[in-house]
Amino acid sequence: MGKPARDRVPEVHTTGEDQIATAFAARQGRAALMPYLMGGFPDVPQSLSIGLACADNGADLVELGVPYSDPLADGPVIHAAGTAALRAGVRMGDVLGVGEELSRRLPVVLMCYVNLVLARTPDGFARDLAKAGVSGLIVPDLPLEEATEIRAACDEHGVALVPLVAPTTPDDRLRAIGEQARGFVYTVSVVGTTGERAGGDGGYREILDRVRAHARVPVAIGFGISAPDQACAAADAGADGVIVGTRLVRAAAESDAPATAVGDLVAQLSAGLIR
Amino acid sequence: MSLVEAGVEHRFGPYGGQYVPETLMPALAELETAWVAAREDPGYRAELGGLLRDYAGRPTPLYLAGRLSEVAGREIWLKREDLMHTGSHKINNALGQALLAKRMGKQRIIAETGAGQHGVATATACALLNLECVVYMGAEDIRRQAPNVQRMRLLGAEVVSVQAGARTLKEAVSEAIRDWVTTVATSHYIIGSAVGPAPYPALVRDLQRVIGDEARASLLERAERLPDRVIACVGGGSNSIGIFTAFVGDPDVRLIGVEAAGEGLDSGRHGAPLTAGGRAGVLHGSLSAIMQDEDGQVTEAHSVSAGLDYPGSGPEHAHLRDSGRASYVAVSDEDALAAYREVARLEGIIPALETAHALHYAMHEDGGGSTLDLICLSGRGDKDLAEVMSHDG
Repeated sequence: MGKPARDRVPEVHTTGEDQIATAFAARQGRAALMPYLMGGFPDVPQSLSIGLACADNGADLVELGVPYSDPLADGPVIHAAGTAALRAGVRMGDVLGVGEELSRRLPVVLMCYVNLVLARTPDGFARDLAKAGVSGLIVPDLPLEEATEIRAACDEHGVALVPLVAPTTPDDRLRAIGEQARGFVYTVSVVGTTGERAGGDGGYREILDRVRAHARVPVAIGFGISAPDQACAAADAGADGVIVGTRLVRAAAESDAPATAVGDLVAQLSAGLIR
Repeated sequence: MSLVEAGVEHRFGPYGGQYVPETLMPALAELETAWVAAREDPGYRAELGGLLRDYAGRPTPLYLAGRLSEVAGREIWLKREDLMHTGSHKINNALGQALLAKRMGKQRIIAETGAGQHGVATATACALLNLECVVYMGAEDIRRQAPNVQRMRLLGAEVVSVQAGARTLKEAVSEAIRDWVTTVATSHYIIGSAVGPAPYPALVRDLQRVIGDEARASLLERAERLPDRVIACVGGGSNSIGIFTAFVGDPDVRLIGVEAAGEGLDSGRHGAPLTAGGRAGVLHGSLSAIMQDEDGQVTEAHSVSAGLDYPGSGPEHAHLRDSGRASYVAVSDEDALAAYREVARLEGIIPALETAHALHYAMHEDGGGSTLDLICLSGRGDKDLAEVMSHDG
């Protein structure tokens, strides 16, 4: 893998939240594109290549998944990719290494289950993320009630702790979550785990409107969005950002040239978002 | 029937909590509200009490096991949960939660099972109450607990084979939670042990504490004393928390949880996170004693008994351990298999392999001056015959 063609100029004193805000704002009216990739899958160098291919093909940020033994929020495709990475011996340090390389190109938001955070202690984990240049952290099994200590540690080290909301989240919870949101609000578009779903554009606007009413940061949407027309529908429904995961992880799993395959899909998604 | 008077705890000391996807948080709040209302409701209590008595066989006998007592050198009293309908204590919780699901208007039930006992109990409750039932079970457990799989299917449940990881209880729970994340509007998840996000550890304990309440009253009446020790096996910890709870306020009664040492604590192939100690972690929605590596990846448990083959433990147990109120020990596969046979010959009772861990401890480990042990005989062992025979010789 060659060096990145151009390095993002590091702004020494910006926080992760600033970097994320800049990435969203740069899109000027169209939704930011945030591909998900599983760190260390199919292997560590190829996952870096996949991330760089995302950056080269129109991604504004990347969501970098950490393989985990018990991923409760993930469907079979991402679960299987994480399991394969763990079996191949991928460790947290390897994924942070990928994050460090990618963060030279675009903001990286780590998606990581809570036990991996607690294992390094919240403070230690946030410090390691900051050291690697990672801008944000998404913890899919960390609801508002459990987030206080980890959010404080992230704040301390300039890492944005991005909360998730779901269609089942009532308005009073949306308000409380929105008040504590850093970076953006990750809106789960469906009641379910990660995975590709046909159609699904009917419900984006309702949930996005509800979330936006309570959020003071950008609102991104993910889970179940895989095709360019779905990404476009989410953008039309008012999403500030669109997250596509399972479709890309499946491409990485099925292709002999994972970075090329994922890069092509990201290019299609990016083109679809331009109106 | 006696239910706990306290509120629904979210934390036991530092342990417990609700580490689940946001999608489930409203459902957990709904469940807690429903439980607080139900357990105070005379109608619910009468209905559950009636089913436990007339349908499931409560109260269960308390039996002074004479020949076991001779071997142990002290009185051994057995609380006979193995005589409950479906063959274990699991029906106490399954009936209570299935009735609760009906109150909440949920027509579809999800459950996980390891040994199959909780799956059979839940399938039974669902047949009785006309609820749809889906049971997740690891492929390895389906292999070693075949009779219970046939039972669940006969009772009308769908049994889903889980192929991930070590294909045992941990993966079955994870898959059940994923189902619930997807179907939460119409489904209730009946978790089988005192684990999971709040309010489950408290809810399951409330429904299982009938074991200890009955045993305590019965022992006071017949032996005219309290036990020196209360001993129960611990996987997730539902039969043990069920029998411990009545005695927590009796400072002279020692509470001992017996985990699975598997091939030995030093081998790493065990199911004894409370005994082994180490850093606490999050598994299946709560912070407790778990088996994990340095990065925080949850490691695979091992036990000859499917019900103890679990790398986590109930958060209340972790707190009882830290506070010194209960102690936790571990018994190996080999010793549990021997106790299974020994108790069959001595008492004409074939215990579940899970329970055999506790029985070995009472019979063959130092009694610490105890003159009377109370043991929760949590289940019957017919389901384990094929597995035990495969270890023969």
